[in-house]
Amino acid sequence: MAKIVGGIMTSHVPMLGRAIARNLQGDAYFKPWFDGFAAVHRWLAEVKPDVAVMVYNDHGLNFFLDKMPTFAVGAAPQYRNADEGWGIPVLPAFEGDVDLSWHLIESLVNDEFDLTTCQEMLVDHAFTLPMAMLWPGNGAWPVRTVPVCINTVQYPLASAKRCWKLGEAIGRAVHSWKNDARVVVIGTGGLSHQLDGERAGFINKEFDLRFMASLESDPQWATRYSNAELVEKTGTQGIELLMWLITRAALNGRVSKLHSNYHIPISNTAAGLMLFDNQ
Amino acid sequence: MSHSIPGTTLFDGAMARKGYALNKMCFSFNDAANREAFLRDEDGFCARYQLTPAQREAVRSRSVLAMLDAGGNAYYLAKLAGIFGLDMQDIGAQQTGMSKEAFQAKLLEAGRA
Repeated sequence: MAKIVGGIMTSHVPMLGRAIARNLQGDAYFKPWFDGFAAVHRWLAEVKPDVAVMVYNDHGLNFFLDKMPTFAVGAAPQYRNADEGWGIPVLPAFEGDVDLSWHLIESLVNDEFDLTTCQEMLVDHAFTLPMAMLWPGNGAWPVRTVPVCINTVQYPLASAKRCWKLGEAIGRAVHSWKNDARVVVIGTGGLSHQLDGERAGFINKEFDLRFMASLESDPQWATRYSNAELVEKTGTQGIELLMWLITRAALNGRVSKLHSNYHIPISNTAAGLMLFDNQ
Repeated sequence: MSHSIPGTTLFDGAMARKGYALNKMCFSFNDAANREAFLRDEDGFCARYQLTPAQREAVRSRSVLAMLDAGGNAYYLAKLAGIFGLDMQDIGAQQTGMSKEAFQAKLLEAGRA
């Protein structure tokens, strides 16, 4: 059976893509963020996962409002990035794992998650930047990928409680996959930030730190909140913490926190990174 | 949505209906050819996507708050902002009525709090 070796949660701010393209990781503005990845790189080099299940939210590259799935799972042999309209560089394509995709789809639907399945799917910066930060280099990605896309564009969104259950179901699905693959679950987005409205620039360090601590000590803590409450506490885009909850919920073994980093600001965002081991 | 958050609009079904034309135009900006077509003939391009008068005026005035009010969604509007060469601090400053420097200073301050 396949094994989930751990979970990684990271922010995915587009500005980080420009920083990577211009080789600015050591620049004073970006260094506190990129330095946080050294510990995760060491862990990945040691654990060597074969597949990454990437839980992220599309920002209007693949999905428009004509068809907006709450949960969508990729089932393509390859995923391409594309121009998102504002000029961050397009990254090399990502290899899929169609066997795991269809196993996930079978298992999740059987578990009462009625998904949208995508045999063609463009992946945006929320997918590509975490890949580039976790496996820096020339785009020779050492893992196969399965995208799991969560709607954060159009309300109503799935609740935190529902997202937790989806994460648990992903954990069960991977665990029941008849394959000896080592799987890492990656959740991207957050933490607190708000791009739109008179409250633009809103950041809530106190809540973010409490949320990060909760993932270690009381991981379902944030599921007590409605999405409107989460937006109030974390900003309109801070709701992306749902990806972190899904990822944490997928870890169904003996879970320990190995690393975390938190830095304000990257662009308008409080940026966070966490690594959990799942034994 | 019954839960009201100051300075914040949740993009729900009502907004998605109201903003459909504007967001559809912005979605087209994923394609560089459409960005160029917009820059060549803004009026013609907006007409092609049948923007409402409020949406057309919001785009003409480059006012992000007016675009949001006309049903624009932050993720799609970001592609329009890119055409105008605005970054997220420009947009934040414009929406909050601050200078860009003051907005950036506020972000830095959030890290020290």
